[in-house]
Amino acid sequence: MISLKEMAKKEDLFVSGHEMCPGCGIPVILKIVLRTTKCPLVVSNASGCLQSASTNFPATSWKLNWIHTAVENAAGTMSGIQATYSSLKKQGKLPVDKKIKFLVIGGDGATYDSGLRSISGAMERGEDFVYLCYDNQLYACSGGQRSSATPMGAATTTSPSGNVLPGKLQPRKNISNIFAAHEIPYVAQSAPWIWQDLYKKAERAFETTGPAYLNVLNPCPSMWKAPANKSIEITKLAADTCVWPIFEIKDGTKVTVNYKPKKKLPVTLWLESQARFTHLLKVENNWIVKKIQEEVDKDWEFLISSENKNRTN
Amino acid sequence: MSGIGNINYKKDVKLRKHYLKKLENSTRFLLGDEAAAYGALYAGCDFFAGYPITPASEIAEVMAKELPRVDGYFVQMEDEISSISAVIGAVWAGGKAMTATSGPGFSLMQENLGYAIMTETPCVIINVQRSGPSTGQATKPAQGDVLQARWGTHGDHEIIAFSPASVQESFTLTIDAFNAAEKYRTPVILLMDGEIGHLRENITFPPVEDVLLKERRIGEPGTLPFGGEAIPPMSTFGQGRFVHVTGSTHKANGMRDVSTESVHRELVTRLCGKINNAREELSRVEEDYVDGARVGVLAYGATARPAKGAVIEARKRGCAVDMLRLITLWPFPEEAVKEFANRVDRIFVPEMNLGQISREVERFTSKPVIPVSKIGGVIHTVDEILEQVIGK
Repeated sequence: MISLKEMAKKEDLFVSGHEMCPGCGIPVILKIVLRTTKCPLVVSNASGCLQSASTNFPATSWKLNWIHTAVENAAGTMSGIQATYSSLKKQGKLPVDKKIKFLVIGGDGATYDSGLRSISGAMERGEDFVYLCYDNQLYACSGGQRSSATPMGAATTTSPSGNVLPGKLQPRKNISNIFAAHEIPYVAQSAPWIWQDLYKKAERAFETTGPAYLNVLNPCPSMWKAPANKSIEITKLAADTCVWPIFEIKDGTKVTVNYKPKKKLPVTLWLESQARFTHLLKVENNWIVKKIQEEVDKDWEFLISSENKNRTN
Repeated sequence: MSGIGNINYKKDVKLRKHYLKKLENSTRFLLGDEAAAYGALYAGCDFFAGYPITPASEIAEVMAKELPRVDGYFVQMEDEISSISAVIGAVWAGGKAMTATSGPGFSLMQENLGYAIMTETPCVIINVQRSGPSTGQATKPAQGDVLQARWGTHGDHEIIAFSPASVQESFTLTIDAFNAAEKYRTPVILLMDGEIGHLRENITFPPVEDVLLKERRIGEPGTLPFGGEAIPPMSTFGQGRFVHVTGSTHKANGMRDVSTESVHRELVTRLCGKINNAREELSRVEEDYVDGARVGVLAYGATARPAKGAVIEARKRGCAVDMLRLITLWPFPEEAVKEFANRVDRIFVPEMNLGQISREVERFTSKPVIPVSKIGGVIHTVDEILEQVIGK
């Protein structure tokens, strides 16, 4: 397992000068992920917080080849890039053994919603790329609208809480399972608090031939209405309440749960940590808290049983 | 097989009236975006589908909050392609529906915009224009989608587009857009710009009774849903017979026929004709003419505001200037522009693009048309236009 000291020695490809909000998890996630490969990198970056806040004139944080795409097209653009490199190799214009890594990055809006089509296509075609989703569970860049990653009960500007509705009514899309169902070689879910796990998973993703998907919980104090200095702790709370399990799935079926809380905490602790859930703590909204707990329990049990199934097989 | 049954369209009228009664005659301090959303609520909009995008998100945000209060339905879709698809579906189920977006989303909607034209689906699409191409200056206003609104979707077609110059007008033109959509059975574009969308001004909501709404014409069973007259009445699902809707070339009864030359020719000619023939009725302009003017300023949307300032200032300095503000952009108000051009020796056209409407103006006059273009995300100042109009 890599130590902090070793990691610090590696070159930082995402440097200061960006304008991400205080407490935002994106820089932490990127600084870890980009350290895990020595190969030259091409990054295709969907529109969103990362793209806009990392490239404000006159600065850029990127010390690598970087292409910005419209929100729904990051994977599609990368399809063309990596296909062309393989053609150039065949044509003898590039050395056959030249290793180039392709990293596609998008937020949850670009991944769960509008970009899903082009990611799914690239995965089905078995293209060799790593997809990194920084998942802060809503559209933060355009002012905080719900996405299909927004958890049940969260209030956003387009799933407001009021007398009639208690925020978003639907649970979040289980995107990691959707991509696992493409039977791609590697799918992993992680979070910045468990940084060694994230490092290991990113390393594995880059080593994988074929598509690899990393879903990383990205704390968003501005939109979660949470204290900026508690960001990392909140992502830990997400794991301890099993709201955001830490796991990986190889070849679509082999599930490993990488973190099991010693004591599974009630979801209320996670809900209390962010003001976007405050309305749920009212007595009349008890039913939705109960429902959230049920959903979390169901998903967690399914995950554990999937892991056990591998063992017995 | 049983049908869906007749829909009781009068049922929700009471709730909506009750809701609007609380608004009427009140004065609020709103964004252009918000005013457009309230305009839609006044117009009886039942359904909104959209996707977050600056500077149009506030329209969706108001609809998310307010539509449920009148038992309407707000849905956030996974992209703009689905948003306009949902709007088209909502209309065929019998609803009045709208979506709102900005340039990048409007680009994604182009295919279905053509579908809505071809299937004669009345709906409203608001494009709060921002600086492009592509992501451009995402948070900055522009008027660069004027020709895209006209020609963005493929194939021969005509389009209706209005351009508001104030928050109050965002409200009224949204209602007018719904009315025009129903009257001509076609999609109507409200071509706002980010400047007006994010401008905050006083707006007074009119009395509910003063707002005239054009209700959808539903044909009796047996009438042809896609022909037989210039603007055929609609048939929606649930009227006791099966409706057949297709974006392919179709006959008056809706059946697909993509091989008969005359069927396609007659259909597309009729679709273009119904808007072309109503050009005069649809052409709305605001004329501000003075005696003896030799110079004219033609503007629309947010740019009409500094243009008006320049005209007032020029007149103060003894220079007689005429001003024409276009409210309708498409179909292009040809007659009004010709008449305006006849009055003056040369025409200045300030726009927040590199010259889109100015090119259209040139088609209707032989007099010099001078674009006063400005791009980069900042609206013209009065002085910038004045300098051009009266010289330094």
